[in-house]
Amino acid sequence: MIRLEGVHKYYGNLHVLKGIDLTVASGEKLVIIGPSGSGKSTLIRSMNLLERPSEGKIIVDGIDITAPKAPITNVRQSVAMVFQQFNLYPHKTVLENVTLAPILVKKVPRKEAEESGMAFLERVGLKDKAFAYPSQLSGGQQQRVAIARALNMRPKIILFDEPTSALDPEMIQEVLDVMVSLANEGITMVVVTHEMGFARKVADRVIFVDGGEIIEEGPPEHFFKNPNHERTKMFLSRIMH
Amino acid sequence: MNGPFAAFKWKAALRDWVIFADGLKTTIAVSMVALAIALIIGVILGVFGTSHNKILKKINRVYVSVIQNTPLVIQVFFLYNMLPHLGIMLPVFTVGAIGVGIYHGAYIAEVVRGGIEAVPRGQMEAAISQGFTYTEAMKHIILPQAVKLMLPPLTNQAVSLIKNTSVMAMIAGGDLMYQADSWSSYNLYYGPAYVITGMLYLLLCLPLARFATKLELRTGV
Repeated sequence: MIRLEGVHKYYGNLHVLKGIDLTVASGEKLVIIGPSGSGKSTLIRSMNLLERPSEGKIIVDGIDITAPKAPITNVRQSVAMVFQQFNLYPHKTVLENVTLAPILVKKVPRKEAEESGMAFLERVGLKDKAFAYPSQLSGGQQQRVAIARALNMRPKIILFDEPTSALDPEMIQEVLDVMVSLANEGITMVVVTHEMGFARKVADRVIFVDGGEIIEEGPPEHFFKNPNHERTKMFLSRIMH
Repeated sequence: MNGPFAAFKWKAALRDWVIFADGLKTTIAVSMVALAIALIIGVILGVFGTSHNKILKKINRVYVSVIQNTPLVIQVFFLYNMLPHLGIMLPVFTVGAIGVGIYHGAYIAEVVRGGIEAVPRGQMEAAISQGFTYTEAMKHIILPQAVKLMLPPLTNQAVSLIKNTSVMAMIAGGDLMYQADSWSSYNLYYGPAYVITGMLYLLLCLPLARFATKLELRTGV
């Protein structure tokens, strides 16, 4: 579904990604962990080309999105993203947030987009907030709306870039619950997170990124019980306590 | 009694009110046309200023720095005296509207750029990640938010634009300032002429300025 081949990213002299090779299978739940500044955010943001790699190829759903003139806006319609800061559109109601891109970008008829939008809002438990504005919602609620907004694009892949890192502790669970229920449905998910409980519960595979490289990868059982690398052990010991 | 504000001078001014009214009409009309020109220039060049395209950015920088750092009077004189040499003859009304429009276009470009840059970067990223093109994202997501931030400073620009149309008095523009000046240089009744003219400008500008303050309070800027 997603394939990265020899992806490098430089910001000036800073070498942020150092030759990433990675394949995400259809339906896979991939969790990316790593210390801050490790390049994990750049990595996930390259999957929908919010960050353009300096070198290497990224193939999404069979399309090389790094090629010149790649149909990137088409590909992005099927790769939704959920951000750390939610990034809801503050001048639009919750329902408009969820229906705007389906109507304007995917040309779904308004009525249809609103019906499915309401259904997804119900799914994340926020149907009664459909006509509220984002500023009237808590952080956890805003992030659930952001997930409904992603779902209403009917994506094949959802990218989560630290979806709970900006939330107050008491709101993390409500967002994770929604993500867990999504994971049980077969959609492809790539998740950058520090929530190890979530990783253990839903990940098919965990990769540990540090210094712009994939240091270690494996299924969560192996990963959390017997990590091979010193750096992985150090990171886990710091984050688990 | 023959002071600068002698009663008979006021009487003369009120008797010739049509002259002032004509000037006021011209000032309002020029202001409206100039504001339209300034908004068009300002929005286009302001968006250029936020662009990642280096050439567009450069165009914004050059325009804004040249126009903001030379006097309006020179710009208008330049249009008025130079264009005929290039075979372009424009009525003074047009010269005034274009001159003031170009001048305030530079300031409005900065207002527009500032407004767009004040919208958090995540907004563009969210829109782009949903498949919006840059232009669509600007239109549906960024500009509607930026406009709210831009309205108070834009209203202030409208106020100074109205006042600056008085530059037309120097090219026989038929505007309020020109009418007052030519009326009083004929009979030397400067006192009432300038007071009345000042009051009329105040009448035009004060409500706008009040409106700007109200907008500022509402957006919490």
